[in-house]
Amino acid sequence: MLTSSLLFIPSLHDFLFSLLPPGLAKGAEMVLVGIIYLTIFAVAGLFLVLLERKVAARFQLRLGPNRVGYGGSMQTLADALKLLSKELTGTVRADKFLFNLAPYFVIITALMALAVLPFSQSMQVFDINIGLFFLIALSSVGVIGILLAGWGSNNKYAMIGAMRSGVQTISYELSVGLSLVTMVLLAGSLQLSQIVEVQKSGWLIVQGHIPALIAFMIFMIAGTAETNRAPFDLVEAESELGAGFHTEYSGMKFAYFFLAEFINMFIIAAIAVIVFFGAWLSPFGITESLPWLGVFWFLGKTFLVVLLMMWFRWTFPRLRVDQLLTLEWKYLLPLNLANLVLMAVTVWLNLTIQF
Amino acid sequence: MSYFTEIYHGVKTLLTGMRVTGRYFITSGKSAITQQYPDNRASLKMFDRFRGEVVMLHDENNEHSCTGCQKCELACPNGSIEIIWDRGVDPETGKKKKFIDKHIYHLGMCTQCGLCVQACPSNAIVWAQKFRKTRSTTEPS
Repeated sequence: MLTSSLLFIPSLHDFLFSLLPPGLAKGAEMVLVGIIYLTIFAVAGLFLVLLERKVAARFQLRLGPNRVGYGGSMQTLADALKLLSKELTGTVRADKFLFNLAPYFVIITALMALAVLPFSQSMQVFDINIGLFFLIALSSVGVIGILLAGWGSNNKYAMIGAMRSGVQTISYELSVGLSLVTMVLLAGSLQLSQIVEVQKSGWLIVQGHIPALIAFMIFMIAGTAETNRAPFDLVEAESELGAGFHTEYSGMKFAYFFLAEFINMFIIAAIAVIVFFGAWLSPFGITESLPWLGVFWFLGKTFLVVLLMMWFRWTFPRLRVDQLLTLEWKYLLPLNLANLVLMAVTVWLNLTIQF
Repeated sequence: MSYFTEIYHGVKTLLTGMRVTGRYFITSGKSAITQQYPDNRASLKMFDRFRGEVVMLHDENNEHSCTGCQKCELACPNGSIEIIWDRGVDPETGKKKKFIDKHIYHLGMCTQCGLCVQACPSNAIVWAQKFRKTRSTTEPS
């Protein structure tokens, strides 16, 4: 089942297997893949933080960070170095073990989700046959890290923030799941590479037209809520809770939470791109003869969706807890169920648009 | 049925908001309101309504229009304006009249509220744009 391999760098793969016995080569390969993905994690996280700050500045008619490096391009690297050098503090009578464990839960779930994303035709570490289900499950595991952080901090604001996060994630993962199930009906598979394969005859948002569009809107709303971003950032509502669940964290442990939050946003955007916008497929197959361009198409589309989520963040005001739950249980869930039926009828009557 | 009109209304208002911020995003490249202050000190031009300090206007003959009525002194909530005056004889009419000796403005106590400028009946004091009152020893005054 575990298909971890360096197949996206074939020469290195062959080199390792010619040099080492098969078992050892497999192990070395796993370590290498791990290092590559950790690098992607760090670089993408830092880049997304910088992007967020620059985009926020543009939305608010400001300039944003522009002092460190060319046009401020080294700002987040400098921030990360600063955080690395800071003291790791904790609270008295806090649950030290859970307090230290929490950041790793958050990061590891984010990293595991990165592993199944098909960046291009060959660049996918773990092409599991229940890929989409795996992603939905992981996005719910991430909340355990937040709950542990809130509980382990021995701080009432952190606790309230963590509880809110629990409420929010439990409610909204329903919508995320159901909107993805709607698309699975159309794609006919949970395996991510298979879903991409289906989209060679038109992206799913085109194939599924009206129900797919509704599913996309619901997914974007629920996905934003799932990553605890504004307008659903009740978890770390600064005006009410300080910094929410990571109030007591400092230095690198705080940076882990911060990076994981941005990587989660990237993952939600990537899922949207895989399921609705054809992952690494180019529009109308214009670069079909150059498969290595796939990764650029994938990242390009993902960053467009990330930009959409940032647009949400800097436009909408934060919801109250009751409004949050009303939106989910009274509006999104019924619409989603109706949309599921609509999609089923569309697929049954063969009303999909295919090229 | 109001359920669906509510959804429609909600989506419409959200999109209206996004249109406004989207326009900012596209056009803000040139119109960013941030001033990168110490860098653009030479070219920085403060806007007309900026409240830097209160000054007394003087015309080309170095004369001002202050009558020493003390209305600004009364209007100031912090007592940052102090007027030293004296009585004298008006040379034209020969009557006794109040003359202003000195109009003292304490910048350190001023909160830039502008009540003195509003209170002045003869438009003798106005706002000036200068806000930087210090200079380093290396630069010319």
